[in-house]
Amino acid sequence: MTYTQQFRKRAAKLAGLVGYVIQYGCITHCVFEYVGDFVVCTGPSMEPTIVTNNVLLTEHITPRLHQVKKGDIVIATSPTNPRIHICKRVTGLPGDKIFSGFSYKVIPRGHVWLEGDNHRNSSDSRTFGPVPQGLIRGRALCKVWPPQDVQLLTDRGDCDVR
Amino acid sequence: MKFTLVLKSVLVGIPIGITFFDTVGYVARVEGISMQPSLNPNSSITDYVLLNRWCIRSFDISRGDIISLVSPKDPDQTIIKRVVGVEGDIISTISYKRPFIRVPEGHIWVEGDHTGHSMDSNSFGPVALGLVTAKAQCIVWPPSRWQSIKSEILEGRKPVNMK
Repeated sequence: MTYTQQFRKRAAKLAGLVGYVIQYGCITHCVFEYVGDFVVCTGPSMEPTIVTNNVLLTEHITPRLHQVKKGDIVIATSPTNPRIHICKRVTGLPGDKIFSGFSYKVIPRGHVWLEGDNHRNSSDSRTFGPVPQGLIRGRALCKVWPPQDVQLLTDRGDCDVR
Repeated sequence: MKFTLVLKSVLVGIPIGITFFDTVGYVARVEGISMQPSLNPNSSITDYVLLNRWCIRSFDISRGDIISLVSPKDPDQTIIKRVVGVEGDIISTISYKRPFIRVPEGHIWVEGDHTGHSMDSNSFGPVALGLVTAKAQCIVWPPSRWQSIKSEILEGRKPVNMK
């Protein structure tokens, strides 16, 4: 085999490999963007439901269809820093009255009220106000890690829904 | 055999297309009069703009850029507005509940160029940066309107701390 032939064969192999990487990269992107993904949680705001280093399986279909309900645990882009995500529970939908501070507030159209389960140590809608629905990225389905702690997170009854 | 080959290339092509539109950019039609005279200068022509998603991946948005964002009032709607103030700027508002406002952390102040005929921050307040979806790069259709979009703010609408 001549040198050029060898080179051509290698180039074809490399092109095929790059094609495969692009293909599977794109499929992965679509799954993580439109179907669901895994999220590692840090911070105390959702204790005792979720503690630091728990891994959640989330789905992105319900938020995309704006079917989020009261009691759902959602992953949203933080309103104060677009680079980080927050994990909170939805406690109010548009039109609901929320007792915040010393007065009742009505949640405006297109917004939700997010609160952490750990009321004493959570920066949530009580500090930054109602959150636009457009910032919600995913809804937590279940805890998948640590293995002895696997549980569904979709039952909406275990929080103080007002 | 031929059918499965077509099906396979379609199944592979769709994710590649979606990923491209999600990360690089896409073309969108501009509706409404809120951005006159920059976009849709007269109501008989609708402009098509190229929305660049690549350059907002790190959220470095500057004053004067035209951006598209998810409407805070209705998550199904995407609106196109000009950035007037970034975080920390002091804005003199028009018919907002307060005459002056400091744009909070992680937020921007957006306004339509057609002052008074636009649903913008003057009605819904500062918007979170996370709602920004893309930056308008250039007008691609109709051909008579081919041009790149300049980054500028109307003279009277500059933030107070810039004057």
